Amino acid sequence: MKFAIQVNEGPYNHEASVSALNFVRAAVDAGHEIFRVFFYHDGVNNGTRYTTPPQDDINIVNAWSELAEKHSMDLVVCVAAAQRRGIVDEGEQERNGKDGNNIAPGFRISGLGQLIEAGIQSDRLVVFGD
Amino acid sequence: MSDIKKFMYVNRTAPYGTIYAWESLEVVLIGAAFEQDVACAFIDDGVYQLVKGQDTTELGIKNFSPTYAALGDYDVNKIYVEKESLEARGLTIDDLMALKYEDEDDDWAEKDSIHVVTAAELADILEQQEVVFSF
Repeated sequence: MKFAIQVNEGPYNHEASVSALNFVRAAVDAGHEIFRVFFYHDGVNNGTRYTTPPQDDINIVNAWSELAEKHSMDLVVCVAAAQRRGIVDEGEQERNGKDGNNIAPGFRISGLGQLIEAGIQSDRLVVFGD
Repeated sequence: MSDIKKFMYVNRTAPYGTIYAWESLEVVLIGAAFEQDVACAFIDDGVYQLVKGQDTTELGIKNFSPTYAALGDYDVNKIYVEKESLEARGLTIDDLMALKYEDEDDDWAEKDSIHVVTAAELADILEQQEVVFSF
């Protein structure tokens, strides 16, 4: 089955990110396809490489990046939500005149159309959040 | 993209206090460009999103409620409001914005977009959907 995943909450503040990670891992292990993971609302905070949790805690951002690399997974951060919350890639840095960027490896910033397309193209959309 | 799917946006939160309602409306508006079969449901505190006469001046937060009136122009005209949620909050349909659309299949007659439905009716409607967004 082809899944689209939507993550609506930031890491650490809410269990949604970790639940989504666990779901995605299990789906891949079971032979399913993840069409795309779309990060919305505070979920965009899953995509900053500046995240530095204590050493005895799991690094959720790195976990996403590793998944993306291992399975060529498409991790998309919503641009409008990202702009509000200070998640920046090189393109956004240039466009908005920022002095740096913080997007984590394996993530890309794009529009809400990517979420709608994921809903259309996938067999199931699974939303993680409150 | 050729196939048209039944999209449902379920709105459960109050318009202010959190950003879910506003960012949900942004998804609905962007999604309209994809010409899917779109419906919206408003349940729990989500029914407050449609209350008329919203004034956020004292909050210092943007009042985005006028945007709902544009939904009809985006062919988003199946808007279901749960009866039980309204009643639990002392609201009736008269407290909500009169959202309208022009029916191109009926000589562009102006019709109401909002339908008040019971929880059981809404459950049946949700059962028919293919893509359900939850905000």
